[in-house]
Amino acid sequence: MITKEATAPAPAPARADHEPPRPAKKRRPAWDEVPRWQIYLPLGVYLVFTLIPFYWILLFALRPAGSTSLVPWPITFEHFEKVWTDRSFGTFFQNSVYVGLATLVMTTLVALAGGYALARFDFKVKRAFMLALLCSQFVPGALLLVPLFEIFAELQMINSLGSVIIAETVFQLPLSMILISNFIKNVPYSLEEAAWVDGCGRFRAFRVVVLPLLRPGLIAVGSFAFVHSWNHFLFALMFLNNQEKQTIPVGLNTLMSADSVDLGALAAGGIIAAVPVVLVFAFIQKWLITGFSAGAVKG
Amino acid sequence: MAQAAAVAKPPAPPRRRRASATPRRLPYLLIAPAALLMLGFIAYPVISVFYYSLQEYNPTKPWRNGFAGLDNFTKIFTDDPVFWDTLVFSAKWVFVEVGLQLLFGLALALIVNQTFVGRGIGRALVFSPWAVSGVLTSAIWVLLYNSQTGITRYLADMGIGEYGTSWLSDTSTVFSAAVVADLWRGVPFFAILILADLQSVSKDLYEAAEVDGASRFKQFWHITLPHLKDAIILSTLLRAVWEFNNVDLLYTLTGGGPAGVTTTLPLYIANTSVDAHDFGYASALTTVAFVILLFCSIVYLRLSKFGGDNK
Repeated sequence: MITKEATAPAPAPARADHEPPRPAKKRRPAWDEVPRWQIYLPLGVYLVFTLIPFYWILLFALRPAGSTSLVPWPITFEHFEKVWTDRSFGTFFQNSVYVGLATLVMTTLVALAGGYALARFDFKVKRAFMLALLCSQFVPGALLLVPLFEIFAELQMINSLGSVIIAETVFQLPLSMILISNFIKNVPYSLEEAAWVDGCGRFRAFRVVVLPLLRPGLIAVGSFAFVHSWNHFLFALMFLNNQEKQTIPVGLNTLMSADSVDLGALAAGGIIAAVPVVLVFAFIQKWLITGFSAGAVKG
Repeated sequence: MAQAAAVAKPPAPPRRRRASATPRRLPYLLIAPAALLMLGFIAYPVISVFYYSLQEYNPTKPWRNGFAGLDNFTKIFTDDPVFWDTLVFSAKWVFVEVGLQLLFGLALALIVNQTFVGRGIGRALVFSPWAVSGVLTSAIWVLLYNSQTGITRYLADMGIGEYGTSWLSDTSTVFSAAVVADLWRGVPFFAILILADLQSVSKDLYEAAEVDGASRFKQFWHITLPHLKDAIILSTLLRAVWEFNNVDLLYTLTGGGPAGVTTTLPLYIANTSVDAHDFGYASALTTVAFVILLFCSIVYLRLSKFGGDNK
């Protein structure tokens, strides 16, 4: 982006000479010639709205209890220590990581298999299956809590993280599968066929030829699954009664609904909850956008 | 790995036989895990909700359990003022939230689609709340709205508003307060989806429009907006369904209060089933919610002529 910025003044001289192809190439469309202040001003305002809440939580987490300073100074980590050990956020964190990663792996694998079938084959129940995927988007997870609870009770999975992993995976699946099948459709079938001719089996052709091209899409789908299960709250609240089995959102809710809310602890807990997902997004947002433009929109 | 090598090894004739034989069963094998999971954990629960909606079913009052026919539904429509209140609030919530998210999300996407210095970091920053969801958003805004140490205190210091008010516990401010909190994480979602689609608009179109002397607004109106139409329709619908169904934020931010003014229908259902253990009635409410959702979605897709232009 910096290089583009640097070449921005170029169009003016280019316009002066009368060779038709060069001006057309170098000249930037008006769309890109928006006055800078029209970008920076609204973006700045929006950025303030975005960042104040983040700053606020940081402030409460880092300044000593009882302080009303708007600068977190002197910095203290007492809230983090308290939340991590006394409020068992250390355990919650482990549980959340476990649930998040397991959901990521399960969702990606199951959706990859299903997505490949949807992208590459015509089979009898395909239309019905696609319709079921779409309809499932209208089924609210929160409203199925009771029957889901009964199923997991029947399977003896109440109080086991497995129940949450399954529930999160199931509700991630439809969208993930639609996305992945669109990514696969974007990979020319002829590439795979060429690999078969070269002596690859179907599976090997897929692994060697298609899979590497799917990487941005898989990153998008996987991170989506991770973040959703990391953030989601109701399933863990319902299916896990044991405190050692709880996940971070439930821990946060407990901090919030306590009689006298410990704001420092709440802020520290919130930061522990935010760090992994914000990091994930900071690193993958580029793939996320290309991933979505390849998959979601042309569906 | 070993398996893949084994598949590749066999000599030509058997492999060709397999290549023609597998595809028939292969697609079913591939969708089997997904299909089984969805049958077991979505389809079956949905059916049991329909079944329970016709039952009196309350684990704490087992002596009254049994077939109830349409009693639950009759009660919903004739004898439950809470239902109508929550339905009206749900509609208001979804309409305001999705409308504002679409508006701000579109504007934000158009801005960060420009080329400018610091675009990468700018995008990462404005999109970051999207990673944060439900409970954490609530936690953050609970801190901001706190009556003693929240932002109201500092605004009051500057002469705006008064001390000691909490926007979340006042029936006149709680709606706006919750809307702003949800916008904070909802706008980036829209912006990301729209930005993804913006990037696939061909630059040639704008160049051609430029040559023809079209203003930037005209370019937006005649090129960008039609191109985004399907994406906007789809993301608006998805978002509306999610905003309707989502319980996390309001459950933890306001708990449906004060005095029940921020209780959505799903929140009411969750309370009815989890707190009051009235599973039969909650199931009937769920059924009604499901039908309303489906009906609104179909009407919406019809009215917006989704995908109509492309064919």
